[in-house]
Amino acid sequence: MTAPRTLYDKIWDDHVAHEAEDGTCRLYIDRHLVHEVTSPQAFEGLRLAGRKVRAPEKTVAVPDHNVPTDPTRLEGIKDEQSRIQVEALRQNAKEFGIELYDIDDDRQGIVHIIGPEQGWTQPGMTIVCGDSHTATHGAFGALAHGIGTSEVEHVLATQTLIQKKSKNMLVEVDGDLAPGVTAKDITLSIIGKTGTAGGTGHVIEYAGSAIRNLTMEGRMTVCNMAIEGGARAGLVAPDAKTIEYVKGRPNAPKGGQWELAVTCWNTLQSDEGAHYDQVVRMDAAEIPPVVTWGTSPEDVLPITDEVPDPETFEGGKIEAARRSLAYMGLTPGQKLNEIEIDTVFIGSCTNGRIEDLREVAKIMEGRKVRDGLRAMIVPGSGLVRLQAEEEGIAQRLQEAGFEWRMAGCSMCLGMNPDQLSPGERCASTSNRNFEGRQGYKGRTHLMSPAMAAAAAVTGRLTDVRDLM
Amino acid sequence: MLAPTAALGQKGAASARDGSMEKFTRLSGVAAPMPLVNIDTDMIIPKQFLKTIKRTGLGANLFDEMRFDRDGNEIEDFVLNRPAYREARILVAGDNFGCGSSREHAPWALLDFGIRCVISTSFADIFYNNCFKNGILPIKLPKEQVDALMEDAERGSNARMTVDLEEQTITGSDGETFGFEIDPFRKHCLLNGLDDIGLTVETAAMSIDAYEAKAAERRPWL
Repeated sequence: MTAPRTLYDKIWDDHVAHEAEDGTCRLYIDRHLVHEVTSPQAFEGLRLAGRKVRAPEKTVAVPDHNVPTDPTRLEGIKDEQSRIQVEALRQNAKEFGIELYDIDDDRQGIVHIIGPEQGWTQPGMTIVCGDSHTATHGAFGALAHGIGTSEVEHVLATQTLIQKKSKNMLVEVDGDLAPGVTAKDITLSIIGKTGTAGGTGHVIEYAGSAIRNLTMEGRMTVCNMAIEGGARAGLVAPDAKTIEYVKGRPNAPKGGQWELAVTCWNTLQSDEGAHYDQVVRMDAAEIPPVVTWGTSPEDVLPITDEVPDPETFEGGKIEAARRSLAYMGLTPGQKLNEIEIDTVFIGSCTNGRIEDLREVAKIMEGRKVRDGLRAMIVPGSGLVRLQAEEEGIAQRLQEAGFEWRMAGCSMCLGMNPDQLSPGERCASTSNRNFEGRQGYKGRTHLMSPAMAAAAAVTGRLTDVRDLM
Repeated sequence: MLAPTAALGQKGAASARDGSMEKFTRLSGVAAPMPLVNIDTDMIIPKQFLKTIKRTGLGANLFDEMRFDRDGNEIEDFVLNRPAYREARILVAGDNFGCGSSREHAPWALLDFGIRCVISTSFADIFYNNCFKNGILPIKLPKEQVDALMEDAERGSNARMTVDLEEQTITGSDGETFGFEIDPFRKHCLLNGLDDIGLTVETAAMSIDAYEAKAAERRPWL
């Protein structure tokens, strides 16, 4: 009899293709997602060494990071370097026989949104991408994590990754969420509690009734930010919702294969009594709507709170908090819900899915974006964009004052023209509030789509419950 | 031995990607102190420099937004702009160095600048991994030891440290020596400048073939 195993243990065991004497493993990779920014050097490496892509049919490419989101992009990308990177991806996909969703394809979008959307993402798989938010796919019970470009090259050439096993961490969130509280508040609150290094060296399994009760979109939001908690991967055990989501998608198993797959996927839960190296428990009912105040995703507080005093922290965090407040232009004791904003960004691999846009539409019902604000919605994929248009959401949100863009990573990291100016303050549904992340000297407050919509209405950070 | 001049002379050598990376054996040079915690890869190399399709040339923009103002002038008090640290080969940094984005441009920029070793209490996993692929040695030490080395690094151009990978030791400017842990496989690869892909093809190709055949039976829908 084998010892009880976690979900991570099971997926790991299923994918060890080679184990050296010292425990170094070659982990087999089922799906490799590739984008334009972290892949050109990897393909160049293959060419220089005369190597091929071992499994092009398990590899998918999409430009997302630096693509403009205004419709004129179809006439050609104006930024020369971006144009070259996108063109390089196109050429590499062609040369190495990899499927590409190009910028004129409705299926184009943020790599972590289109993977699930096209059915590439399935339970029990190993999935990698040269992007830290690959953790998103863990929502399906897939072991998914970000890798560097050298590793991209290694996976392209060998379909394996050199790995040592991580530790197991369980984050259990039980109970019911209060009205106005969403998956984003859960994931930010977890990071607020464990810190940005709390999950380092671990794979996090998210469990508990509050996680079970989330939609697949919500679970993706939670897993997406596992990396902000330091964990390379987050996991949610697959269930009926997962299977229902995957069913019928273009690259999902079909016919008899589907039945076989579902039988296998139903075994993908952690065993009773499985060992976790670290356990964190939270009561969902106690999670309020939150925002970040600083320049680290762990700088999370309830919207009803005040900007903290750096002197109340310990060790290196004191200096870091001082630096954050200077950067953010905030003073200790300032009420969070009085902080005025200039810009609202709704989108990213964290919150660029249809459910997120519906949330925004719900809050905006009968309301307008406050005069003078820049408010932008960037759907996570061309298909999310089309769906929102079919549902009438797109039109309503445009009438309310939002710009309606083409799909891409956009202002989440500002590699394309969508950037903050120095000092500009943004209510953002993205995942990182680092210095300069959304633009040089730009100021980012992370929050849920509902909270960002509330901020769009009032022009300041706002408790969404006041608008419900 | 990697004298600082040699390291300088070989800037970006590991980036050439000729199937091997620059070996790391022994490094002696000035260590720059960066006590700030949670230094993320967006700080190490901001996004506007990720549009390159090369691995080289990123050193000029290492820590760009901390190092230069908007007009490209040096910010005087930033550590790597101070005369003592302009040729630093080692960084002693605050907790959780390299968090955030997976961009390998971060270690490429460090390497291109001439940094071959980073010392901290903790590193983000992806960054830590990326270092080894580029001949950079990230060293994790307990807080008291990092504090001691940080203090040492504050001494400016007198703060010469020596890192010996074979012996797994760091020797500070006053001769005090600390041991460090490192995964034996990673140590072996760094010492010999081995290319991972070549290694995998050599040692594991047959196992990968066998795994694929077995997986095709067990999970035919993939």
